[in-house]
Amino acid sequence: MSFDNAYEAITEQNDARWAFGTGFDSPLSGVDSELPEGVDRADLAAYSLMLADDALVVSHRLQQWCTHAPELEEEVALANIALDLLGQARMLYSRAGQAEGGDRAEDDYAYFRTESEFGNVRLAELAQPDFAFLVATLLVFTTWRLALLQRMTGSRDPVLAAIAAKGIKEVTYHRDYAAQWVVRLGDGTDYSRQRMRDALEAVWPYVDELFATHPVERRMAEAGVGADPASLRDECAAVFGTVLESATLEVPQVSPRAGVAGRAGRHGVHTESMGYLVAELQSVARAYPEATW
Amino acid sequence: MVTTQEHARAVAARVTDPELPMLTLDDLGVLRDVTVTGDGVVVTITPTYSGCPALEAMRDDLVGELRVAGYRDVTVRTVLHPPWSSDWISEDGRRKLAEAGIAPPGPAPAHGQGPIPVTLHTPRSQVPSDVCCPWCGSAETSEISRFGATACRALRRCSTCAEPFEHVKEI
Repeated sequence: MSFDNAYEAITEQNDARWAFGTGFDSPLSGVDSELPEGVDRADLAAYSLMLADDALVVSHRLQQWCTHAPELEEEVALANIALDLLGQARMLYSRAGQAEGGDRAEDDYAYFRTESEFGNVRLAELAQPDFAFLVATLLVFTTWRLALLQRMTGSRDPVLAAIAAKGIKEVTYHRDYAAQWVVRLGDGTDYSRQRMRDALEAVWPYVDELFATHPVERRMAEAGVGADPASLRDECAAVFGTVLESATLEVPQVSPRAGVAGRAGRHGVHTESMGYLVAELQSVARAYPEATW
Repeated sequence: MVTTQEHARAVAARVTDPELPMLTLDDLGVLRDVTVTGDGVVVTITPTYSGCPALEAMRDDLVGELRVAGYRDVTVRTVLHPPWSSDWISEDGRRKLAEAGIAPPGPAPAHGQGPIPVTLHTPRSQVPSDVCCPWCGSAETSEISRFGATACRALRRCSTCAEPFEHVKEI
């Protein structure tokens, strides 16, 4: 078969030359999409979006490490973790679309919302200047997400419960990876220890925000759909304590980074680095809005 | 006599995994149900990992294979619950993995109630290991990386025959 241009050739549907084809279906295609009785649709959509945004934004930061990781094994590990989180994000965006009841699908949420419409916590979006900063962020994020997903397995929404049950198995691996690197660098040479300590001090101001409860999170927790992040604080603190003790480091004593008039990531108020991240993430889809992949 | 139900099941069961082609979807434990209704078939599968990109290919392959076998109306449903476990890989599947040089998984970790403990020791220090080398059978193996070419595989090396090999990890 011949084509006038190369682009036409690669977008041909059902093209066997592509390992996984083109034109992806919704990741929840064929999953029972019924909504639990008495649950507010708008809240369920907003809640699913917050959890999806956390996963997508961390996944994107990890993808930026491709070709920059210190060794090949780490390159592969980070790509694997990014892929798992991307999978979780796709399912959660699809669930948000079902709850919303309109015609928005995963790509509409990921590629055609503005920065202030993203509800991820600010920790997820921070630019990662070095590997120590990456593993510090990943330790905090995965510890928090694992605690959250564990509670969500009992969700009244069977789809969120199932996404959580799958996610737990994956995030357990991700957290071990981050924790082992924090220990290795913290309990390593004087230089690696200093870099690890600096990274933790830079990340820690964003930890407090993870346990602040947004009104949507509160209502979803009350409805038995989600978990109140405030209830995760002690469990996370215990894990941070165990890991940092093993790394011969201490939990940083730093003031939390305040939001703007009490508003932070969950409210769509982000740090400067989020604008650059969203611009890069969405550049192809915005330039070619009709493109398929 | 083979019923339509058994026939459709047998057809779906011979579709292979795109990333581990020595295994069928049945061996891998992702094929959960095949039901014949009228002249149509409903196949139910479950993803191994949330981000597994092979799911789309599995869907297409199932539809293709069943159409060739004469089933016009094929629907592939996805179930997320209960989540896939490496324990669902069949005995036959484990043998085929080992023959292909990939160490099959041991029993998946069981998580009870309460927080999941964090693993701080690096498993590379465990010798002898639970994972035997698929080439020489030695238990003197260690983990190079818990993450491999696909989400479900880890990288290991054998200190007896010095060969690297892959291992389907336990989840």
